[in-house]
Amino acid sequence: MPDEQPQRRPGGGETFPAVAFALAIVAVIGFVAVYFGSADTQALGIFAFVCLMGIGVGMATWAKRFLSPAEPEVEDRGRLASTEEEIAAFHADFDAGEYQLERRSLLGKLLVGAVAATGLGALVPFLSLGPNPKSSFKETPWSPGARVVDEQGNPVAATSINTDGILTVFPEGQVGDEFAQTLLIGVRSEAFVPASGRESWTVDGVAAFSKVCTHAGCPVGLYQAAQGLLLCPCHQSTFDINNAAEPIFGPAAVPLPQLPLSVDADGNLVADGSLSAPPGPGFWNQNRQ
Amino acid sequence: MTATDATEPGTGPADDTSTDVAPAHRHPKAHQRAGRLGRWIDSRTGIARVGRGALNKVFPNHWSFLLGEIALYSFVVLLLTGIYLTLFFDADSTGMTTYDGSYGPMQGVQVSEAYNSALEISFDVKGGLLVRQIHHWAALVFVGAIVLHLCRVFFTGAFRRPRELNWVVGCTLFMLAVVNGFAGYSLLDDQLSGTGLRIGYSVLISIPVIGPWLGSLIFGGNFPGDDVIARLYPIHILVVPLLIIAMLTVHLTVLIRHKHTHFPGKGARDDNVVGERLWPTYVFKAGALFFCVFGALALLGGIAQINPVWLYGPFRAEDVSSASQPDWYMGWLEGALRLMPGWETRIAGFTIPNPFYAGVVPAAIVFGGLYAWPWIERRVTKDHAEHHVLDRPRDVPWRTAIGVGVLAFTGVLGFAGSDDVLVVTFGLSVNQAVWFFRVALFALPVISGFVAYRLCIELQRRDGPPPLPTVPVPDTETDGSAGTQDPALVGDAGGGQRHDGSDPADA
Repeated sequence: MPDEQPQRRPGGGETFPAVAFALAIVAVIGFVAVYFGSADTQALGIFAFVCLMGIGVGMATWAKRFLSPAEPEVEDRGRLASTEEEIAAFHADFDAGEYQLERRSLLGKLLVGAVAATGLGALVPFLSLGPNPKSSFKETPWSPGARVVDEQGNPVAATSINTDGILTVFPEGQVGDEFAQTLLIGVRSEAFVPASGRESWTVDGVAAFSKVCTHAGCPVGLYQAAQGLLLCPCHQSTFDINNAAEPIFGPAAVPLPQLPLSVDADGNLVADGSLSAPPGPGFWNQNRQ
Repeated sequence: MTATDATEPGTGPADDTSTDVAPAHRHPKAHQRAGRLGRWIDSRTGIARVGRGALNKVFPNHWSFLLGEIALYSFVVLLLTGIYLTLFFDADSTGMTTYDGSYGPMQGVQVSEAYNSALEISFDVKGGLLVRQIHHWAALVFVGAIVLHLCRVFFTGAFRRPRELNWVVGCTLFMLAVVNGFAGYSLLDDQLSGTGLRIGYSVLISIPVIGPWLGSLIFGGNFPGDDVIARLYPIHILVVPLLIIAMLTVHLTVLIRHKHTHFPGKGARDDNVVGERLWPTYVFKAGALFFCVFGALALLGGIAQINPVWLYGPFRAEDVSSASQPDWYMGWLEGALRLMPGWETRIAGFTIPNPFYAGVVPAAIVFGGLYAWPWIERRVTKDHAEHHVLDRPRDVPWRTAIGVGVLAFTGVLGFAGSDDVLVVTFGLSVNQAVWFFRVALFALPVISGFVAYRLCIELQRRDGPPPLPTVPVPDTETDGSAGTQDPALVGDAGGGQRHDGSDPADA
């Protein structure tokens, strides 16, 4: 058999790539038809797949059957580095120019200095991209007397938070603010141990803690009421609400700041001060305790 | 149109040596027309001189050499689909609008223009979802192919002299690909990408001294910042792609200058290249691979849902969904953030926050180690020679062991980045999972590195004493065409070594 193969009929082996290329053309027609019809994503994708794969597989088969050399081709790699003579010639030409420059060495140094200074100066306008972060970073968004409002901007009555219940709130006028978001939690009075100096910060069993994780700033929104644990869904930092929101697991290193609460004349919650610490993730000159 | 197509049976093989003249006899008119255009161009560029060298350039043949090509073709697909998407996308995260497109569950919801245009592309632009999903899949495959290509280069020692520069360029391309992937999926202003940006912001400001400034300059103030999406857009569609194209140009130019590496066997030496010529064999194989990659991505984009932002909802600062998962190449950084115990440094009123140790330091070590590897290895091996024949991974067991260990380390981090999903899937507690991964992070690299080392030694032992007599290079080029070969021509083609090692020239 092997001896007879050179006499195989003309066109032998062309069938498969021919069918593949023909399929590609048919698939283009299908693609266009679907586009003007339902524009169904799956159908478009499948027709695009058949078209592109038809071309690809056809080319691969063609290459494999008719374009592959029986024996590997060999090419000389040649020399990569320059010869010693070429390097010497380069040095000679370069030094000739350098000699002329060295006679004006002060000019040369000044030129380098001018270009470097220009480059540094060109960086300055990039400071327009953002404000100096210094002050805004250390402010807490709550101030004494700020009304506590929910995500719709409505005031919140202390009695509307049941034991084990939670509600996301903001200072009035800052609904949706990243660093102002705060969580009201209906704590279990028998388990909740206020930190010293914060005995009066809760109202009717409702405590308020910053909702911004002290690790990477995600909203700490998963409350396991039975254990009094607040869990961050991003990196699983776990805060013990019953113990001043101290971190007990995960990467967070500092507790969630607490907000002192009181009620106004209408029985609605207001802030009785600012947060016990700046909220949110840490940075180098944030004097964390 | 090729020589073999139109030839009489039996004369086909002879055409290999006469392609320069043969087509002229067959298609005189077409050839003359092409010839006139060619001469017009050549008389102004001298292209024929350069072009002939290119036509005869030899490409070694091994499946693992295709990984870098897959990355390249994914990038081409990214450019093509990305240009289409820019025609519809609106990178405005501050302007709000009420969604009134054809996706029912979102109708009436206040969304940003950016999110609105993402939904419009997905539901109301014909073919838009297909292109968007091909684009996202192409990004995942792009980074994946880069990582596999990098592994191939590492484990075969292809980074050794003279290719250290191209290794550095390649590492830069890897970083640029990751950065642009993250920038890309952050544009859509959905809940998932907003969470990713927020974590990115927190890691950024954790950098001592310059961190808060960097955060402010990039986001235009504190997170979420009004400007970040409007800024990421030109970065994603212009700045980084231009850098990638520039780096790719360097990468490929240096590659052509160096010529390809090749595996030992088939007569491969440090002073030659053994493989197939560019024209026509390699052109057809490379073209075929491009269309196959594009086709596979089109299929994924058509039938495999990816990044369904309409399910995540628009970004709101006070919301976060559990089981938020970044794209795969960010997973190891996410995992590092999760596994880090709650430690940070506080000295005299200054803080080095936890995300710096978990997010910045590991990335710096991994990428710094990658960049420096050719020089680290040279300090150990004292090997300053040029290498064009590749190592097989088994032949350098300690390098293979280190590579496997680093892969295990980043792999554990990657899985740890999905620990909440794994916890739900397997009914564990989060704490158990985190502790499991913390132990595995240090144990698994050591164990897998040791196993890899022993495997290499064992494989070497089975090979017998060097020089290695047999070579595991796939023998694809002779399969299809052997039948049409004139037996008389087989023996003296090209001076290549025959696969049984009995080439008389080398004996």
